[in-house]
Amino acid sequence: MMASGYNAKEEDGHHSGAPGNGGAGAVKSKKPDNTAFKQQRLPAWQPILTAGTVLPAFFVIGLIFIPIGIGLFVTSNNIKEFEIDYTGIEASSPCYNCAQNYSWNSTSSCTCKVPFTLEQPFESNVFMYYGLSNFYQNHRRYVKSRDDSQLNGDLTSLKSPSKECDPYRTSDGLPIAPCGAIANSLFNDTLELYHLSNGTRTAVVLMKKGIAWWTDKNVKFRNPGGNANLTVAFQGTSKPVNWRTPVFELDPNDPDNNGFINEDFIVWMRTAALPTFRKLYRIIQKKVDAPTLASGKYELEVSYNYPVRSFDGRKRVILSTISWMGGKNPFLGIAYITVGSVCFFLAVVLLIIHHKYDNRCSSADIPN
Amino acid sequence: MAPESEEAGMVKVKVKTQKKKKNKENKTRIVHANILYDNAKGEENPNRHFSDNKIKTTKYTLLSFLPKNLFEQFHRFANVYFVFIALLNFVPVVNAFQPELALAPVVFILSVTAIKDLWEDYRRHRSDTEINHMDCLVYSRPEKRYLERFWKQIRVGDFIRLRCNEILPADVLLLSSSDPDRLCHIETATLDGETNLKQRQVVRSFFHLDCEFDPSKYNGVIECEKPNNDLNRFRGYIGRKCGLYKENLLLRGCTIRNTEEAVGIVIYAGHETKAMLNNNGPRYKRSKLERQMNVDVFWCVIILLVMCLFTAIGHGLWLFQYGDKRPVFDVLSPEGANVSPGLSAVYLFLTMIIVFQVLIPISLFVSIEIVKICQVFFIHQDSELYDEETDTHLQCRALNITEDLGQMQYIFSDKTGTLTENKMVFRRCTVAGVEYSHDANARRLAMYQELESEEEAECPSRGGTLPRRDSVGSHQSARVVLRSQSTKSHRRTGSRAEAKRASILSKHTAFSSPMEKDITPDPQLLDKVNEGGSQLNFIHFHRQPMSQLPSDLADIIDFFVALTVCNTVVVSSPDQPRQKVRMRFELKSPVKTIEDFIKRFTPSRLTSGSNSSSTSSLVTNRSSTRGCSSALSSPSAESTLTKLDEEGSRLGGAGLLADFSPVPGGAELRYEAESPDEAALVYAARAYKCSLVGRLPDQVTVELPHLGKLGFELLHTLGFDSTRKRMSVVVRHPLTDQITVYTKGADSAIMELIKPPLTGKRQRKILCKTQSYLNLYAADGLRTLCIAKKTLSKEEYACWLQGHLEAETAIHGREERLFQSALRLETDLHLLGATGIEDRLQDGVPETIASLRKAGLQIWVLTGDKQETAVNIAYACKLLDPEEEILTLNADSQVQSWYGASTAPIGSGYIPGTVLVGSAHAAGATTPFLVHRLGLVIDGRTLAYALDKSLEDKFLEVARSCRSVLCCRSTPLQKSTVVKLVRNKLKVMTLAIGDGANDVSMIQVADVGVGISGQEGMQAVMASDFALPRFQYLQKLLLVHGHWCYSRLANMILYFFYKNAMFVALIFWFQFYCGFSGSSMVDQWYLVFFNLMFSAFPQLVTGTLDKDVSAHTLQALPQLYMNGQNSEEYKPYMFWMNMMDAFYQSLVCFFIPYFAYAGSDVDLFTWGTPITTLALITILLHLGIETKTWTWMNWASIVFSACLFFAVALSYNSSCPTCYAPSNPYWTIQRLLLEPRFYLLCLVTPVTALLPRYFYRACQGSLFPSPTKVGRQLDRSWRQTHGGNIFSLGNLASTSDPLGLKTAFASFNNPLPRYFPPKDHPQSAHSTLTIPKDAAVSAPSDPPLRTSEDHDQSTATDDTQSCLEVTKELPGVTEGSRVVESPERSALQRSDIGVSGWVSSTPPLLQKEAVELGTAPPGGRSRCVAYTRNWEQNQGSDPETPPVESRTRTQTKQSIAADYSEEDRL
Repeated sequence: MMASGYNAKEEDGHHSGAPGNGGAGAVKSKKPDNTAFKQQRLPAWQPILTAGTVLPAFFVIGLIFIPIGIGLFVTSNNIKEFEIDYTGIEASSPCYNCAQNYSWNSTSSCTCKVPFTLEQPFESNVFMYYGLSNFYQNHRRYVKSRDDSQLNGDLTSLKSPSKECDPYRTSDGLPIAPCGAIANSLFNDTLELYHLSNGTRTAVVLMKKGIAWWTDKNVKFRNPGGNANLTVAFQGTSKPVNWRTPVFELDPNDPDNNGFINEDFIVWMRTAALPTFRKLYRIIQKKVDAPTLASGKYELEVSYNYPVRSFDGRKRVILSTISWMGGKNPFLGIAYITVGSVCFFLAVVLLIIHHKYDNRCSSADIPN
Repeated sequence: MAPESEEAGMVKVKVKTQKKKKNKENKTRIVHANILYDNAKGEENPNRHFSDNKIKTTKYTLLSFLPKNLFEQFHRFANVYFVFIALLNFVPVVNAFQPELALAPVVFILSVTAIKDLWEDYRRHRSDTEINHMDCLVYSRPEKRYLERFWKQIRVGDFIRLRCNEILPADVLLLSSSDPDRLCHIETATLDGETNLKQRQVVRSFFHLDCEFDPSKYNGVIECEKPNNDLNRFRGYIGRKCGLYKENLLLRGCTIRNTEEAVGIVIYAGHETKAMLNNNGPRYKRSKLERQMNVDVFWCVIILLVMCLFTAIGHGLWLFQYGDKRPVFDVLSPEGANVSPGLSAVYLFLTMIIVFQVLIPISLFVSIEIVKICQVFFIHQDSELYDEETDTHLQCRALNITEDLGQMQYIFSDKTGTLTENKMVFRRCTVAGVEYSHDANARRLAMYQELESEEEAECPSRGGTLPRRDSVGSHQSARVVLRSQSTKSHRRTGSRAEAKRASILSKHTAFSSPMEKDITPDPQLLDKVNEGGSQLNFIHFHRQPMSQLPSDLADIIDFFVALTVCNTVVVSSPDQPRQKVRMRFELKSPVKTIEDFIKRFTPSRLTSGSNSSSTSSLVTNRSSTRGCSSALSSPSAESTLTKLDEEGSRLGGAGLLADFSPVPGGAELRYEAESPDEAALVYAARAYKCSLVGRLPDQVTVELPHLGKLGFELLHTLGFDSTRKRMSVVVRHPLTDQITVYTKGADSAIMELIKPPLTGKRQRKILCKTQSYLNLYAADGLRTLCIAKKTLSKEEYACWLQGHLEAETAIHGREERLFQSALRLETDLHLLGATGIEDRLQDGVPETIASLRKAGLQIWVLTGDKQETAVNIAYACKLLDPEEEILTLNADSQVQSWYGASTAPIGSGYIPGTVLVGSAHAAGATTPFLVHRLGLVIDGRTLAYALDKSLEDKFLEVARSCRSVLCCRSTPLQKSTVVKLVRNKLKVMTLAIGDGANDVSMIQVADVGVGISGQEGMQAVMASDFALPRFQYLQKLLLVHGHWCYSRLANMILYFFYKNAMFVALIFWFQFYCGFSGSSMVDQWYLVFFNLMFSAFPQLVTGTLDKDVSAHTLQALPQLYMNGQNSEEYKPYMFWMNMMDAFYQSLVCFFIPYFAYAGSDVDLFTWGTPITTLALITILLHLGIETKTWTWMNWASIVFSACLFFAVALSYNSSCPTCYAPSNPYWTIQRLLLEPRFYLLCLVTPVTALLPRYFYRACQGSLFPSPTKVGRQLDRSWRQTHGGNIFSLGNLASTSDPLGLKTAFASFNNPLPRYFPPKDHPQSAHSTLTIPKDAAVSAPSDPPLRTSEDHDQSTATDDTQSCLEVTKELPGVTEGSRVVESPERSALQRSDIGVSGWVSSTPPLLQKEAVELGTAPPGGRSRCVAYTRNWEQNQGSDPETPPVESRTRTQTKQSIAADYSEEDRL
């Protein structure tokens, strides 16, 4: 630090008044630049928050939010939704017996039929969901318990799944094919919907394609070795403990819907955010001439495989149309209306405050 | 042959060395010449153990960097904590994130710091290399000449040759110099900042070498101290008998001046040089804000633990409810075992610590550091803190206490050099009891002021000087009418114009501005000097005894001789600066031995006059350096002298001018003095044609009128020290041939040593008169010095000399013995006279003090000066107000007397105000608008009692209730004790400012130490945290930068806490919906980088750039500073408020998406991503609400942050379909962006979250506006009145458009017009507006004022004048002077009152004063109260023998004498 930049070879003698210190090199002044930035004088907007200046903002928010809220509320109310709980807790429930006797160890399925009536017809596409309550799919260890590489068809991961899958990683020395707890706990109830009209029982056509995200189906989830022969591809692996069928036989009807790219499987693997959730099960395509689901009697045939009693869970089936903003949920509309009203109210309060107190300040700061 | 002998020598030396080493290994260092060992192998060189001259200030090497840097970083506890958490992630049972990811932030933070360290180290390395590769001439034995070598190659024991203007590469013992006096001059500016030259002497045993020094013949062994860092200490021996002192040592970093060549041997090299040992890096202090922050960090830890504990218990219970039936979603441990709920809870606790770690803000520490660096940068860059004259700007030496500047409560200031310029101007003197008032000189000084004011007329005036002048003047005029004119004249603070001229003229000569140099002599005195000179000449010429000269003339001549001789001034001529002027008459060294003395003092050696023809002799004098001993000029020599002058001799005939005109520039001599007083005195003497022409170690050449040049043989110089407070020279008078001692020193020191005048009334009278004039000078604020002399007979001298020489050669206790020896000599002095030197106030000091005080800062001045001087300077700089009462505490000895004094004011209800103030303090309020109308003056001796343990509380109680405190005659230790006491007992933030070495301890003790980089060296600066070029910059530093730094940082820290709490709470709420499993809906990448990247930049920008109030307003309204003093921006409750707000906001941000997605098929991360987004938007908008100034950088940073988040999210969500387990958010954000619900959430959630804060801020702005808010409103109205160009105004005090301000204030301030009908007519407003107003203002205060004054008159007669009375008399006078106040000032006052009234109506603590101030006519009420108090006090105290005065004030003898003498004079 000392003496750096010093010119020691300064000549002795004729200094015209500027000898000594610093020498010739030190002529440069240390004066700071007079720039707006360095002098902290950047042009700036200085809002001052007072009742007067804030008031318009509150009014504007109120005026914008209330109409939005009303719009959302109306939209949500136009959505038709029907929900049936088929858990079978109550003795009167058709699935009571199944629920009582069923556990993961059962090998045969128990079927129960749940009748219900639709008061109003469902017009557009109807989405059929199954819903679970009290099922903590968001549990930390549960969420982790999967191997994305395996699910993406990676052969090494297929044979030696990630440690995260423990303790559902191997069974009997063989690697479990979709390893981990999520896969292991796959929802395996089968739901079928029948329309009862005039004594006839017609099955409603349920689309099982397109229920998963496109990216999941086509990018994230892939079968090992392509889709050629899944039995071969999954050779040397074991099915998850709770499963009855191996992964390549998930959908006996559609060979393209087997293995890791089975859409029900993919949907299940997308862990739900909250303990009460629904998952898309099937889609009922809109009919050209008639309502998708006409009003009337229906019957839900459930092959009851999935035990929920141990954790006080509930199983539901939901039929719902959707709008541009998703399923039926009046909350956002209400929220908008409420916040809008509160803003409006606060604006009035501010107006009073402004009139009582702000005139004390100079009139200069009112125009913002 | 040569090697043989060398070998033999070497062996001998070696034996010696070993022997010595055994004895003194630990105490000394033995240095041999390296050339003896050139052939020997390295390990045989006895110097090999000493460090070489290569310096390495770097901390790291390439290899050691990583471990060492990490080790250092882990000294910070937070880093250890974060690493611990990151490592915790590697434990599978508890891990929350991917372990590698969890390491990322810690690694990032560590590497940012490491890179910063590396860069700093690299810079050090580069400068090291540069220094190491400088060239130097080193003697090489094989070549038998000096060779160029790099500095780093120099080793201890090398001989090096130095040429003029070279920098010393190491600490070198001077062995030879080309200077015939064996001297070498060095400039130590780089070492201690002192620009004057210092003399160094060749080691004595090498003194008589006439031929050039030949290193190959050197064979001495040097034994000296171990390396130490004391610059002023060096002792050792060479060849076992010849002592070495600090005068022989040339220190590294100094520059050789005035000496063509010098040779020396390296004693200390490299890191062992004194310069390097003195070089310690910046200090680390912890600011108040940071301390407060640490408390809240601690609270954060508690909150974190509570949250973790809560979650852990929740998890345990959640698990417990399932009993043995483990649900399918409760994954077993990896081994498949069932973990018990209890153990799970324990694991979870650790997991939660990881998940919630963000609550302890990892980036907070780094952000604070970055912001502080930026703040320091801006402070550095402030052009208003740049001093053009010295080309210095403010230096921040401590990087991490900038915000402390905004929280100061007490300022402790030094006086000399801090408040004053330390530029001494000779003002008046008294010789032999006759005062010479130097009116012409005063007029000359007045001229400087006029010049200034003319120049100031061009630039906006700085204002406020005139009223001050008047108040000071009036203060004294009450007592001394005669003086008033001169006093009133011009103690104008040095103006820029003058200073600029000075700096151009004398850039490299310290203490010699034209104002100091050109002294107009007093004609009366000049006549006497001339007369004395000619008479003396006559007497001398006719060989008559000197006693024939009238004693007063003799005294005058002696007085001036003393002024010229008794100093250490070095003479140089301007055309060859740093080239000492030689005027040698005889070559003689100072008396060193008795034999020498006897030899030299035989009567035959009277070598005075020899020439009769003056012309020729003088001419020869000029051309030859060693001419005749003295030049006698006949009384009629004037013509020849003027002729000489025309010739413009190189030596400068400065003092030879016949007329009184100031010496013309060109050919004058330059004086370089160690202290400014000395220079001032020498210049003063020169004005009387007694000029110092040359100074050699053994001789001083003086030119006297009519006598020509006289050589005074300099026998001894007893230097100045602060204990003796005087210096003396012992010379042989060339005319009388007597040995004469001239002593110069503080009056208190000298007066005690004056020989009691046994004979003659005259002497006694002179003594008495001088003392009275001394008091008068002191009252004028002049620094007084007494000049005395003493003639010694040869026997006396011989006797003293013996003792002195013994002392000089003593090894142990040399200093002490020299001191004693000096005391022996300096007795029984004959008083010659006294001088008054003015130490001019620095520019803008009164204004600065006034505004700092308005800012609620208590200012204490701690000075070593005498009381009267200090009090007067205090008045001059507005520290003391003539209107306030002054409490003077002077105790003689007994502790009891002081005790009584200290209890009196409190106990007996001495002044109601005191009690009032005390109670106000007790209530915890720093009462900003209640002006304490009390000043305390205490002297050093009393201070010593006051600082006693038993009394310090009482002292503080008294001192605290005073508006200003002045401690005079205090030692450096006392200064630091006072600061420490106040700091520790009152728990306040203290700032110490000083410029000299005596302030160092005080600067170090205070919370913030400020050094003035003035003329007294760099020690204060080295010890300081901030170094200012001028005192007045303190105003902007504190009021503007301090305020900004504080409010910025406080807001940033609060925001940080809020931000982290808000984000963490989101995850906390989620725990209720995930079985308290430690799961997080926020993707771990967002979680980790949220703080580090997404939300980091806007707060940094705001923390660096936000200005709550503009610089302009902050300076105009110093009251706003109290914001920081009271920690308004960051009070403990604010932390909790922010936490509450954070929890509320996180609730909103969590539950709105929760309900919006409730029961839907949303998956965990598709739901979590909107929450993250909402949190980010909310956090950014929150910052927006808190941001007061929006520059493009704020906008840019906020937009950038938002964009960064989306950019990162988009690329992250589309980059890899299988990575990023467990969240695997492939294509999540892309889907979300197509969903209208996402946008709807983004709209409603932040609005809902921020609604309360926004509403609260708006209400606060309207209902309880803080002073800063008012300031901001003022800002705005200013801008509007000035077309948005606020900056053209500059400083309020110097504004060119006071009208604009008035209107601004008026328009802003509604109550104001009631008292000031808006009669701001344009242009004429200045005079018309102020005068009637002041008259009106003073009217209501008149009745009580009269009473007190009347009362005073009655008591004043029977009592000695006391400070109290003096102050009471003053208001009447100042009332008159107020009328001519400058308009700016009155504008300011008005605005203050107005604003304070307005401002204070809201904070509850200030309410009381505010009401009073607001309803009474501005200015009137406070004065009214002050006088009533006065009156009451006198009423109360009168019946007894005035108890207050007698008890509080034990008047010293001196001041009594002063008062008497003044009465005489009047």
